[in-house]
Amino acid sequence: MSTIAAAPATSKVSIRRARVLGIVFVALGFGAAWWFGLGSESGSDSTLGLNGRSAEIEIPALALPSRETAFILAAVCVFLGAIQLTRGFGKRANLILGVVVGCFILAFLIWAARDDSLNMLGLLQSTLLRSVPITLGALAGLLCERSGVINIAIEGMMLTAAFTGALVGSAAGSTIVGLILAVVLGGLLGAMLAVLSIRYRVDQIVGGTVINILALGLTSYLSAQILARYQNLNNPGRFPVIEIPLLSDIPIIGPLLFANNIFIYMMFILVFGINVALFRSRWGLRVRAVGEHPKAADTVGIKVLGVRYRNVILGGMVAGIAGAYFTLGSVGRFDENMTGGRGFIALAAMIFGRWNPIGAFGAALVFGFADSLQNKLAILQVPIASEFLLMAPYVATILVVAGVVGRARPPAADGQLYIKE
Amino acid sequence: MKTEAPPAEPQRIEPPRSRSRSFAIEAVLIPLLALFSALVLGGIVMIFTNPEVARAWASFAQNPGNALSMSWDLVSTAYAALFEGAFGSPIAISETLLAATPLILAGLSVALAFRAGLFNIGAEGQMIAGMLTSSWVGFTLDLPLAIHLPLALIAGFVGGGLWGGIAGFLKAKTGAHEVITTIMLNFIALHLLTFFLKTPIYQRPGRSDPLSKEVAESARLPSFGDYRVNWGIVLALVMAFVVWYVIFRTTIGFRFRAVGANPKAAAYAGMSVAGTYVLAMVLAGGLSGLAGTANLLGVAYSMSPGFLGYGFDAIALALLGRTHPLGVVLAALLFGALRAGALQMQGTADVGTDIIVVIQGLIIMFVAAPALVREIYRIRARSTIETDAFTKSWAS
Repeated sequence: MSTIAAAPATSKVSIRRARVLGIVFVALGFGAAWWFGLGSESGSDSTLGLNGRSAEIEIPALALPSRETAFILAAVCVFLGAIQLTRGFGKRANLILGVVVGCFILAFLIWAARDDSLNMLGLLQSTLLRSVPITLGALAGLLCERSGVINIAIEGMMLTAAFTGALVGSAAGSTIVGLILAVVLGGLLGAMLAVLSIRYRVDQIVGGTVINILALGLTSYLSAQILARYQNLNNPGRFPVIEIPLLSDIPIIGPLLFANNIFIYMMFILVFGINVALFRSRWGLRVRAVGEHPKAADTVGIKVLGVRYRNVILGGMVAGIAGAYFTLGSVGRFDENMTGGRGFIALAAMIFGRWNPIGAFGAALVFGFADSLQNKLAILQVPIASEFLLMAPYVATILVVAGVVGRARPPAADGQLYIKE
Repeated sequence: MKTEAPPAEPQRIEPPRSRSRSFAIEAVLIPLLALFSALVLGGIVMIFTNPEVARAWASFAQNPGNALSMSWDLVSTAYAALFEGAFGSPIAISETLLAATPLILAGLSVALAFRAGLFNIGAEGQMIAGMLTSSWVGFTLDLPLAIHLPLALIAGFVGGGLWGGIAGFLKAKTGAHEVITTIMLNFIALHLLTFFLKTPIYQRPGRSDPLSKEVAESARLPSFGDYRVNWGIVLALVMAFVVWYVIFRTTIGFRFRAVGANPKAAAYAGMSVAGTYVLAMVLAGGLSGLAGTANLLGVAYSMSPGFLGYGFDAIALALLGRTHPLGVVLAALLFGALRAGALQMQGTADVGTDIIVVIQGLIIMFVAAPALVREIYRIRARSTIETDAFTKSWAS
């Protein structure tokens, strides 16, 4: 479903697009050679660390000659660009684009870490952690939008759930109870969005905005009124790291994937679970039918409004998990407006991933990488404004929505009221 | 509004209402009931988050009078203080008008875009863009007030207009939905602001934190006497009139309304839909830019990182004012009063200022869901159920 735009391969637009992509590849290659190859002194080494904090098997850190490595990576970009210009990769052009951008970023990292060391595993770990709320938030949005209800209230749902998780988790002295109540609150806000937009026919964007405002107002108010006075109610503790036996001992992959807290495992289960459910099950077929053509779905006996209610509530619950991650999985405490716009990044990831769970996860990883990279660069003191890295997710989303890189096509009935005749 | 009921319908029992009465219900009664319901719900939140009052309610069975009187005391003290802080003295009125100034302009921005069928969630980013240009004019140039101030205001309008224009251009050229692009542009503007505030062009000399230089005396909006309220409020009211004139008395405004009502029909009538989208977003962005600028040149005088926090309010105001400039002005005065009175309420009744945000959220919810208000207060619905659906779809 990601290749709707590439209909007839010979149309003028796609030829032009292919050429532009080829030129971009070559330009990135030359850019990498110029900035990162010539930019690093010959003879300097970049050390890339690959060890976790407590690795059973020590892997020697990778020491690469900075200049030469950057040149090799640049050459790969130029080579791929040349092929794209002469033969063209056709449908796989977007994949190749990813490879080229990956080479460019790697060359950049090599340059940034010249005469220095960079903990690659740490970078990957923080990428994964930062992508957790974005992925879960994107899944929440996706569940709603696949059934035809726009959800821009992910931010508000996450914020409320984060607050609930902290408050209830502390009061009950149990992170699990906190998580459950956070999920319930997320579901309730989902129900509110569904009732507003389906029963009372409020514009879905207005309904989402209402939830965002109420969530921000209520959590800030309650946090000043309650959490600030009774500090012990804002100390829920965090979920412990669960190391999966054997698997967590594998070098690199082990500490990265199999020594995490429950949220990361839930994220993987949900990403793949929702993907299978959406595209391989009767339920998924119905949901997609309702999102694409509610009238046709109704005609064959699917209860359109029922599907929408169910999906928006489910989406709210997933957003609840995402919110609980902030207080119970990551920080261990609630702060005012602590989601800080991540609900909107999640919305961006959903669109960037083209309303597809795996795609959304990939997009969230990219955004999480940009986020953790700007942190790392600040430590390495690279003279690059971190603001531009923070901007990257939003720019990328605009490019996708505008059809510059591929084309994002939302479910056809997304945002539309359905009134049974 | 299509209110005249078709007389041939036999199952209608109620007599067809006159146009004016139905309009009064829609435009006056519903917003008033929305405000009332929001204040009631806000009061309930206050009661159950105040530890002492909540305790009194816990022992409601033993002493119901105590719980009720304590609740009444809390809520009435809080709202009395809110009113006092908003209208109780000349200073209070000055603060209300001051708070209303950017709200009017930002609300007009969203309302104007609504008229052309566009949902401008980007007021926040456009304000930042407008402030970036106007503050630059404000602190670099050295001119007499009569030239400097207008120049800074125009710069603010242009800056915001360009930022808004990006979303309009993308919509016109590629069909990218303006809700997505304006949300993204908000955050891009936010990070651009942080970036610029660290460059020597903007950063105040001798400071290491991101804080901009102060705008020159000659670029500031003069205030009235000793009060903080300044000529910005006059500017805002003039702009409200201009927007009303443009929407209802010019061909441009007619084009906006035609495209907003039905882009296909407008295109068939020979209007340029794409051009209208761009122009509407430029003007809407300009108004938002002016909102940020009025705040900058009127009270703040310098910029610091972060959103101003008017973006969501602006959407609320446009909805509450039913996208009519006069309605937006009245709604903005209300929200300005809430903002101005909140501090006094916190001081007197120990109710956090953020309750205002909750009340505003509830107001929008009730205004956006007239069906809900009708259901609560048992007001009979009109014959045709009209919904203000702004979002056709993400898809173009």
